[in-house]
Amino acid sequence: MLDALRPAIDTFSYAMVPFLFVAIPVLAVARKVRLYEEFVEGAKGGFETALRIIPYLVAILVAIGMFRASGALDLLAGLLAPLTERIGLPAEILPVALMRPLSGSGSLGLVTELIQVHGPDSLIGRIASTIYGSTETTFYVLAVYFGSVGIRRTRHAVVAGLLADCVGILTAVWICRAMFL
Amino acid sequence: MLTWIWLGLVVGSVVVGAFTGRLDEVTKAAFDMAGTAVTIAISLIGVMSLWLGLMRVAEKAGLIQLLARALKPVFRRLFPEIPDGHPALGSILLNVSASWLGLGNAATPLGLKAMEQLQELNPLKDTASNSQVTFLAINTASITLIPATIIALRAGAGSANPTEIVGTTLVASGCATVTAVLASRLLQRFFPARRAGEVNDA
Repeated sequence: MLDALRPAIDTFSYAMVPFLFVAIPVLAVARKVRLYEEFVEGAKGGFETALRIIPYLVAILVAIGMFRASGALDLLAGLLAPLTERIGLPAEILPVALMRPLSGSGSLGLVTELIQVHGPDSLIGRIASTIYGSTETTFYVLAVYFGSVGIRRTRHAVVAGLLADCVGILTAVWICRAMFL
Repeated sequence: MLTWIWLGLVVGSVVVGAFTGRLDEVTKAAFDMAGTAVTIAISLIGVMSLWLGLMRVAEKAGLIQLLARALKPVFRRLFPEIPDGHPALGSILLNVSASWLGLGNAATPLGLKAMEQLQELNPLKDTASNSQVTFLAINTASITLIPATIIALRAGAGSANPTEIVGTTLVASGCATVTAVLASRLLQRFFPARRAGEVNDA
């Protein structure tokens, strides 16, 4: 099945961004949007976004950097390896998987560190990138959306959300191994 | 929660560092990483600006509404409890379309609106309805067409092909979203809105 899928996924990765670079501006001009002015207006947000994440990145990168330098991360990875190897998940990535449903900025920090240490084009870098992109911060979404209307009994929402996270993470590991190994 | 994780990491590092005799390296890593964090954030500015600019154009061009129209037939089936013509389905479609396109800032207010309209249909105000759980599950598993932050991060770190994870991300987030919908629909009868023994007067 994957043999048929692989070229499709590859093409999608390759063509999606260029496609949007044509489709969105053409659609915009056809609909009389002031293309250039709106682009510049939106682009102003990039600076702000990058500045906003600095304190979170400092907090997580410092903590995980210390943890790695002390040798504790290797110790932990060694302990966890027998468990995670069974599903093909490199032990280094387990912290990302555990952090992802809890904190967006926290998991972004962990992924950033893995990309810095192992390189963006390593298997670890690719799996970590895919995991971060493919799931949301479940508990944050739950708190914001249910909190806004005063729902206290959430029934099966947490189970469904975490189940989706697990499937997302396992699929990310599987598809990256299939595509990049 | 994060407080304890952070405390555990920092205290754990110093304790283990003391045992392994690497305390000097631990201190150095703390200062190095603080600087690295800022360098990384600065390296994101260019790609983030480019993407946010393009996404504002997409928003103004009505791409959210286009996608919402395409998704409508499928979503009507996912929310059988919403009566025909009720505005909740429209808000859900706009929220999901915006979040799938990566327009987080536009998606959240639309999602809160949708949740409010679902609450009007909900007979038990402190308990989530089936539709509310399904809607939430779709949001927690959100399909990602373009993972912009990760692409920026990879580009900043010198990747030979920053966008090569676009396809794998779509596959993983697609499977997660299908799971979210199935789980919310299949599990709902095991988590009844009323506790056993309560009189059902609806």
